[in-house]
Amino acid sequence: MTDDTDASIPKEPAVSQDESGSAVATRDEQHAPAHFENPGLPPHVHRLGDTDPAAAKRSERQVAALFTISMVATVLFVIAYAMIGKDADVILPILGKVHALNVALGVTLALSLLGIGLGAIHWAKTLMPDEEVVEERHPMRSSDEARAGFVAVMSGGAEGSQINRRPLIKYTLGGALGIFAVPLGLQLIGGLGPIRGDVHDLKTTLWDTGVPVLNADGKPEMRDGKVVTRPRRLMRDPDGTAIRLSDVTLGSVFHVLPEGINDTPEPSNEKVKAAVILIAMQENLIKSARERDWGLNGVVAFSKICTHVGCSVGLYEQTTHHLLCPCHQSTFDVADDCKVIFGPAKRPLPQLQIEVDDDGYLYAPHGFEQPVGPSFWERG
Amino acid sequence: MSSLVARRRHPAAIAVVLLLGLILTGGLYAAFAPKNADAASGDTQAVAAGHNLFLANCATCHGLEAAGGDGGPSLVGVGAAAVDFQVGTGRMPLANPAVQARQGKVQFSSEEISQLAAYVASLGVGPGIPPSSLTSGGGDIAKGGELFRVNCAMCHNFAGSGGALTRGKFAPSLMDVSGRHMYEAMLTGPQSMPVFNNSNLSPQDKKDIISFLQNVKTEPSPGGWSLGNLGPVPEGLFAWTFGIGVLILIAIWLGKKAA
Amino acid sequence: MTAVGQERAHSTADALRADDKKDAPANKDGGPVGAVASWVDERTGSAKGISYLMKKVFPDHWSFMLGEIAMYSLIILLISGTFLTFWFVPSMGETTYTGSYVPLKGVQMSEAFASTVHISMDVKGGLLIRQIHHWSALIFVVSIALHMFRVFFTGAFRKPREINWIIGLLLAMLAMVEGFIGYSLPDDLLSGTGIRAMQGFILSIPVIGTYVSYLLFGGGFPGQDIIPRFFTIHVLLLPAALIGLFTAHIILVMVHKHTQYPGPGRTNKNVVGFPMMPVYAAKAGGFFFVVFGVTALIAGLVSINPIWMYGPYEPTMITAGSQPDWYMGFADGALRLLPGFLEFNLFHRTWSFNIMIGAILMIPILWTVMGVYPFIEKWVTGDNEEHHLLDRPRNRPTRTGLGMAAITFYGILFAACGNDIIAIKFDLSIDDITETFRVALIVAPIVVFWVVKRLCLSLQRADRDLLLHGRETGRLMRTGKGRFFEVHQELDAYQRWRLVDFVSPEPMGLPPATDEHGVRRKGARKERLRARVSHYFFKDRIEPVTPLELAAAHHDGHATEAIESHPDEAESGHIHGGAEEIGASHAYGHPAPHDKQD
Repeated sequence: MTDDTDASIPKEPAVSQDESGSAVATRDEQHAPAHFENPGLPPHVHRLGDTDPAAAKRSERQVAALFTISMVATVLFVIAYAMIGKDADVILPILGKVHALNVALGVTLALSLLGIGLGAIHWAKTLMPDEEVVEERHPMRSSDEARAGFVAVMSGGAEGSQINRRPLIKYTLGGALGIFAVPLGLQLIGGLGPIRGDVHDLKTTLWDTGVPVLNADGKPEMRDGKVVTRPRRLMRDPDGTAIRLSDVTLGSVFHVLPEGINDTPEPSNEKVKAAVILIAMQENLIKSARERDWGLNGVVAFSKICTHVGCSVGLYEQTTHHLLCPCHQSTFDVADDCKVIFGPAKRPLPQLQIEVDDDGYLYAPHGFEQPVGPSFWERG
Repeated sequence: MSSLVARRRHPAAIAVVLLLGLILTGGLYAAFAPKNADAASGDTQAVAAGHNLFLANCATCHGLEAAGGDGGPSLVGVGAAAVDFQVGTGRMPLANPAVQARQGKVQFSSEEISQLAAYVASLGVGPGIPPSSLTSGGGDIAKGGELFRVNCAMCHNFAGSGGALTRGKFAPSLMDVSGRHMYEAMLTGPQSMPVFNNSNLSPQDKKDIISFLQNVKTEPSPGGWSLGNLGPVPEGLFAWTFGIGVLILIAIWLGKKAA
Repeated sequence: MTAVGQERAHSTADALRADDKKDAPANKDGGPVGAVASWVDERTGSAKGISYLMKKVFPDHWSFMLGEIAMYSLIILLISGTFLTFWFVPSMGETTYTGSYVPLKGVQMSEAFASTVHISMDVKGGLLIRQIHHWSALIFVVSIALHMFRVFFTGAFRKPREINWIIGLLLAMLAMVEGFIGYSLPDDLLSGTGIRAMQGFILSIPVIGTYVSYLLFGGGFPGQDIIPRFFTIHVLLLPAALIGLFTAHIILVMVHKHTQYPGPGRTNKNVVGFPMMPVYAAKAGGFFFVVFGVTALIAGLVSINPIWMYGPYEPTMITAGSQPDWYMGFADGALRLLPGFLEFNLFHRTWSFNIMIGAILMIPILWTVMGVYPFIEKWVTGDNEEHHLLDRPRNRPTRTGLGMAAITFYGILFAACGNDIIAIKFDLSIDDITETFRVALIVAPIVVFWVVKRLCLSLQRADRDLLLHGRETGRLMRTGKGRFFEVHQELDAYQRWRLVDFVSPEPMGLPPATDEHGVRRKGARKERLRARVSHYFFKDRIEPVTPLELAAAHHDGHATEAIESHPDEAESGHIHGGAEEIGASHAYGHPAPHDKQD
């Protein structure tokens, strides 16, 4: 088969793949052709195994050895699975101290698979026929008759259905097919989540609301049929304990959540907006009067949610008063209203005003003045 | 690359950092309440020896009376913990000013360090060296892990492998830091690191965090080579180099004619 | 029963069944396999089709295996992923961890995270399967990317394969999305941060951003719905789409037959290689086991996505080095480079281009550019032929330059995503790295384009030289007069063919703007644009060597070179048979420069 095709190749002009489509291999006056011609397949070079039975035998043994390795490894996998405990560890070079089970299972499985794979490839390379075979190509384009046949079938079908003669059917069918998916889409979109134009929850945080004041019995105090509330205190994350101003010594950073956050229906949804970072710095370094006023003796609270895409901004550098977001490196200057001094964020982190209550604990008299977190269309 | 380094090492940048450091650290440490009763105690002999060491090695920058000088902040009231951390990790004495003092070869014996600490502690009340019961593990690992992720992981990474800060500063890896030095660092807030005083993270909290980190260091890696615990970047790099590399080598072998 | 008796009994039975056998003469000597094949063929008539498939020819080249790595990785992903579904609980329900991993004991977490820790720590071999799944996902997308590079640089996207190029692009995009959603499922600190960022991306979409966010999350972030929904998308919707498109991709490869590199005996009308049965069945089948084996080896030795170290997602927590898996890195890198001033308020609405460009617009734009490239090139060349012979990348300098520029652009975005890791590992300032990347993103692709294009042209010249002057053997000959010659060996016809079998398109001539009557021709402007682009693509071109040039080189080349290198020795003798003369003084240095004829 190979030889047949071989012989046919030189008949193809070498320029048959000329992009211009001209299949000319003109010869010029000096008897040198304008193009080289395809010399055809090079003569087949035999492998060692084709001529030397010993080499072939060797290949056979190598392939069989690889398959045997695979079988042995499979057995070893089973043994390892049965014998090695989940917590057994082993110290290996480079890897360090690792769980023995995962390594043993992985390596045995790998050997089991690689034995088969490498064996099969080696077999194909050394023992299976290695004379290249030529398969002819045909243009993708169908023949003209086939195309004409196709057109005939389609137009015949259209004719038979009378769709062109009955526009009423044509247009009503189009309309029906055009909108039939609407109910399904409506159900899906309507059911997936609330469709609401107001973005109240993106603009508010838990700090905007208060916690009920408890009376002596531990029950919420009522006045005029309403629960009396007081502003939320700043609580340590994750312990949920209140913070005194004196706790926040110079250079300190407290990670803060609002009081009562775990009593809300979806604490995670609240945390993602209400997380705050409380920082103590030298008051005279604060450039903005507003920032100083909203803080206490240089202790200031800012939203911890990045105004870029909402990661929590926690990397506070005590010496430079910079807050860095580890996601995209937006850098905020705590000494200057948390304005962006580097990176992709645009807006400063909103500040949370803090005050001290009668018991000496920090609380937020009101929520943030702007929406926290990433920008959104309706933010305006 | 050289321009990057050059800019980072710009003299002005150093001056700014040092100035800020000077202003901050000076006032900062003074604000501490004494946490350990033994902070200011120490026998006078040690203080005297420490003073001599100080004059020989530190006074150039910190001033003859440790009240601060051209190159270094006042050490009055920084306490023994700060000395033990800075000198005990080889960050001080500073060989040459850079954006950040690095962990390095410790230049004093432990006795000399304690003498220096005793001298500095004698200058004013400050946090003392924590007892080993708080720094050698045995705390609640799970609680420590949670506290670590809230307070520390954003800079030091989830496994304490370290991370980048702004302008060439960095949070160092915690894998080779002793429990005592970690404790002291939390207490004193060296360089860029904020302070975690005992009302923010109680001594027990600190002990839990240290126990968590010591467990990270000693526990076997369940999945094999940890690639430095740096997250998806080394994983991707490994897939692009070793993973696909081996497969391509085998593919090349597959496509080659046998001998 | 004796052997003879047995035989007789058989023949008796055969005789009795003689009538039955008329229906199935084929299985007479096929053994049990033949019998099964016959049974199937009688019911499906598939013998012809399958034997056609089994005879299909595949050319051998390592770069053709890149797509196969992707295909096999997909299969490994399906297998290992199915395993994982048996233990994974796609739920955001709160639970307290009670498993065996001490550092998480008593920690509040979602059931999704708890079950992933369970798979990793308490299901024997579960971690291996998880790591196989994740490593395989990384290798899957790596091999897709490399496969795309191969297809692009060799021009395998040309007619008739444009459809398959587009299907491949869709596959690449789906693979990335599938990967992103997959690593979000465990609800660990890193992936939770990723979903949080994704919500930020969605919010940046003008007009509908908040609606889409509410719909996807079933309300506010994170809510309870996102993990179950991602799970359905990850195990049902996207795999179905991937498998469907992948099947179409493979069928088209079968229909088109494989492309091949130019070489002796290879033409645009044939495909030279090994038949499916038995060689390729063994090679490709074996290669599946190799890919699986290498993935298992890596999964056994190297940790990936240690979610137990990351801890459960809490919106208030974050880790340094928060990065996505590598294939999402370029989008994340773009977000790191885009400056904040791209966000502004207009008409009381917020336009966050600093986010939108990187996270929402970039992928569709890049994919559209890649998708239309084959059509642009076809328009530029005006070429409507089928192409089954691949280009050597050097023979298409402009395309290769454009491709490398695109890869550079991508690579810088990719590197920018690791700017924090680069900063700590190479002791640099993260701010400086970011600024440098911002500049490099614009400058580097232009420089790379220019350099690569020049490099391609140089390589083509080197090819010409090699062909005209033969291979330097390193053997020196000394003539009687004391002059030295290096013997050059001429390429044989087969080697030569590899270097000349290409077409170097000429730039299109500028058509006249007016016709013979001086009237502006219709469409003249369009043609002028086309001519300009064509000029840009092909103005620097090198033709393949012609037999005439080769002959000329043999007869005159040496004299010319000798004159150039040593004018006073111009009369020196020729050594034919491909030998090139070099002067005595050059005997120990490098031979005379070779790029004279350009």
